[in-house]
Amino acid sequence: MKPTDIKDPEYFHKVVDCQYACPAHTPVPEYIRLISQEKYTEAYMINWESNVFPGVLGRTCDRPCEPACRRGRIDEEPVAICRLKRVAADNKGEVKPFMPQGPFPSNGKKIALVGGGPASLTVARDLAPLGYEIHLFDEQFKGGGFMRSQIPSFRLPESVLDEEVNFILDLGIHSHFNHFVSSMNDLLAKDYDAVFVGTGAPKGRDLPDLPGRNEGAANIHIGINWLANVAFEHTTKIGKKVIVLGGGNTAMDCCRTSRRLGGEFVKVVVRSPYSDMKASPWEKEDAMHEDIPIIDNHVPVAFVVENGLLKGMNFEKVTPIFENGKRKLVPTGEPLEFIEADDVLIAIGQENSFPWIERNAGIDFDKWGMPVVDTLTHATSHPKVFFGGDSAWGPKNVITAVAHGHQAAISMDLFCRSLPLTQRPSPFVNLVSQKMGLHEWAYESEVVNDVRYSVAQADKKITLSNRKTEVELGFTKHEGCKEAERCLNCDVQTVFVEDKCIECDACVDICPTTCITFTDNAEEDELRQLLNMPALNKDQDLYVSAPLKTKRVMVKDEDVCLHCGLCAERCPTSAWDMHKFLYKVTKAG
Amino acid sequence: MTFIKPKFRHPDLPKNKLGYTISYYEGALSTLCAGCGHDSISAAIIQSAFEMNIEPHKLAKLSGIGCSSKTPTYFLGNSHGFNSVHGRMPSVATGANMANKELIYLGVSGDGDTASIGMGQFVHVIRRNLKMIYIVMNNGCYGLTKGQDSATADNGSISKAGIVNQFQAIDLCGLAIELGATFVAQSFSGDKKQLIPLIKAAMAHNGFAFINVISPCVTFNNNKGSTKSYDFVRDHLEATGTFDFVPEMEEITTNYESGEKHAIKLHDGSLLAFNKLDSDWDPLDRFSAMKAVHHAREKNEIITGLLYLNQGAMDLHELVNTCDRPLNTLKKEDLCPGNGALASINAGLR
Repeated sequence: MKPTDIKDPEYFHKVVDCQYACPAHTPVPEYIRLISQEKYTEAYMINWESNVFPGVLGRTCDRPCEPACRRGRIDEEPVAICRLKRVAADNKGEVKPFMPQGPFPSNGKKIALVGGGPASLTVARDLAPLGYEIHLFDEQFKGGGFMRSQIPSFRLPESVLDEEVNFILDLGIHSHFNHFVSSMNDLLAKDYDAVFVGTGAPKGRDLPDLPGRNEGAANIHIGINWLANVAFEHTTKIGKKVIVLGGGNTAMDCCRTSRRLGGEFVKVVVRSPYSDMKASPWEKEDAMHEDIPIIDNHVPVAFVVENGLLKGMNFEKVTPIFENGKRKLVPTGEPLEFIEADDVLIAIGQENSFPWIERNAGIDFDKWGMPVVDTLTHATSHPKVFFGGDSAWGPKNVITAVAHGHQAAISMDLFCRSLPLTQRPSPFVNLVSQKMGLHEWAYESEVVNDVRYSVAQADKKITLSNRKTEVELGFTKHEGCKEAERCLNCDVQTVFVEDKCIECDACVDICPTTCITFTDNAEEDELRQLLNMPALNKDQDLYVSAPLKTKRVMVKDEDVCLHCGLCAERCPTSAWDMHKFLYKVTKAG
Repeated sequence: MTFIKPKFRHPDLPKNKLGYTISYYEGALSTLCAGCGHDSISAAIIQSAFEMNIEPHKLAKLSGIGCSSKTPTYFLGNSHGFNSVHGRMPSVATGANMANKELIYLGVSGDGDTASIGMGQFVHVIRRNLKMIYIVMNNGCYGLTKGQDSATADNGSISKAGIVNQFQAIDLCGLAIELGATFVAQSFSGDKKQLIPLIKAAMAHNGFAFINVISPCVTFNNNKGSTKSYDFVRDHLEATGTFDFVPEMEEITTNYESGEKHAIKLHDGSLLAFNKLDSDWDPLDRFSAMKAVHHAREKNEIITGLLYLNQGAMDLHELVNTCDRPLNTLKKEDLCPGNGALASINAGLR
């Protein structure tokens, strides 16, 4: 193998598994370290800069970082990254002074943002300080989009959302709430220099062809619409017996909200096996904790309506069979199962919908009715129009929408400055030695053995009686510190300098997880087998040095390195050193 | 400073026949200087014990005084240990072995502990062919007292202070062969590929197994002009062969690319397979081994690998004809069978 080029920022970036997995590439270990030092404001600001909604995400994020966490590969459970973010948000001090302070000198350009969700708000935050005049349109009466209408208050208190939306609106955004943009052509006819579409995936899937759908319509609801109605207090109660159809996070929000609006016997019924459900594992657990059974392998067949009144639903039992790697749900042949219900909530997915964009507006749509959007620049066939969030490529999650917002903002800024959209800014990178003395490091190198701390929940009696009472209590400061110490500091990198190495093997002998090998060089597949512990996880890179004096090379398997610094501590010549690596995605401007 | 080695290990660590991973054979975190050759030897001992499926409680590690003699703390943390008086490890090992011959005795010593203060003990334990593994971690200087030349420092070697050594070095391997040691090997701490099979073969040997390991002192004797520095040793290594330890009942799968293929069947049925690099040398011929050692010294080379092996000699227990049971298991009834037994003996002498 060729020597690894550690000057390529992406090499070490990939080693920081959590940050690499995060769509917005938030420097996770950096803020976790600050939490362990009780520097909550600083930790919050690192988050705010990168993901814009730390308080919201600390409660509701899909956590792509946690399955990626290195700790999950060596210990039983990853670091509770998401809930640590909440610790920073809950305990932060005055943060406003650290944010850009308006009014900003104008650059004479005007931008329209359609939709007031996380993607649009991110664009607004990135562009407002650069002097853009930003107009944000949303049909709701407040900003936040789906974060407001879809996420129930018992998971995300309104005050938390309001605060973080207002941080952005306070940058001098011209907000136009209760304003549904009904024509793209009209919008383009106005004097906006660029338009951003962040309208989400607002159309909930229905089961229009199921018998009884029309007859029982009064008690059959589309999940996301129903949640919005609850959020805006148009809906305040539901029947005692409720069926929620679907296995995603919206289904979990629907069933748990039902329990708070009078649903006593709420059941989630899902077509697929339990293990294949799309909902996050913790959301399923929380639903079951609230006495909501999840009935899997049941396909809805018909709504049962008697005398114009919904009585329940019939389901066919199926069993999953795998053929050629594809899953098929095959009926078991058992008689249909009837489940009683006063109300049914359909939460089986959502789709994009652009009734307001005329097809002659100059924006290309594909055969599925989706806009054709460039994955790097977020541009469309109309030079002024950019897409992001769920509206670009279908439903994802908040953190993805934020990442889209950052990239779209860069493109819009480049466009307004008549620069090519492909001229993306390089990431901000820093690499600094952590050596303080012979055996002293500027970071906490000790690896703690604690198992993952769990977050306490409020008493079920109280939370089920009030829709607005937050269920999770969050970590206390002390728990936050302890959990933060579980972080392995993957951003503190092992940096190897060939010229200094005397091949004494000290690093090989001390490495607790057998990551380092000195061996003859070979092609990657063969080299992976030659190591003291074969490197079988091909998702993780090998760090290969240039040839040493003995013609061998140093090979380090990044897979299970603990970043404990022992290799550097035991190195007599400082050929190994621990360097803190900071990688920030550069924002617009 | 990190005082504790993290408890996490590679999740796919293999287990040996006893069901242990290698971590069960580790010891405390080393407090020797960073880069000390002794740590590599400790790691080789750990690896060897793991691969030999040694039950940790069936091994006793013994040492004298010095940097080398600190190392038993850093390996085989679940085994018996005795850190004895300076240079007196062989006596303690002899006593322990006499009392309980069922344990494996692993003695660790240094060049000072062996070639200076412990020289008398060293030569006598060889004479007696005590069944033990005797490893000298040889760095040619007194590291624990700031690097004065030791008795194994080569004539002409320059110390860190710039002083040329005027005295002749004691060649421990040559001495051991001369005195009739039954297993003599020399190796280098930076060459685990060679060192591990040698330690394993020593563990399988029935008698006194001596391994002199050149182990650079990274703090006091790794300078230019030193003949025990990493660079010098690497440049002057001359191996007698490449070695592979093949446990009993295991198929020989090693491929030998060149040279002659040899295998010696060891006492316990295992094989020491090797590829001869020096055509004149025959490890079973004491005269040839002596010649190889002298030849290397003349050429300023450091000869490594197995030098000499004699499997025919009796070990101490056989020589003094001890009983089959370990002495420490003999009860009062065994040693003093009582009046009846005495009476019957007396009756037979009448």
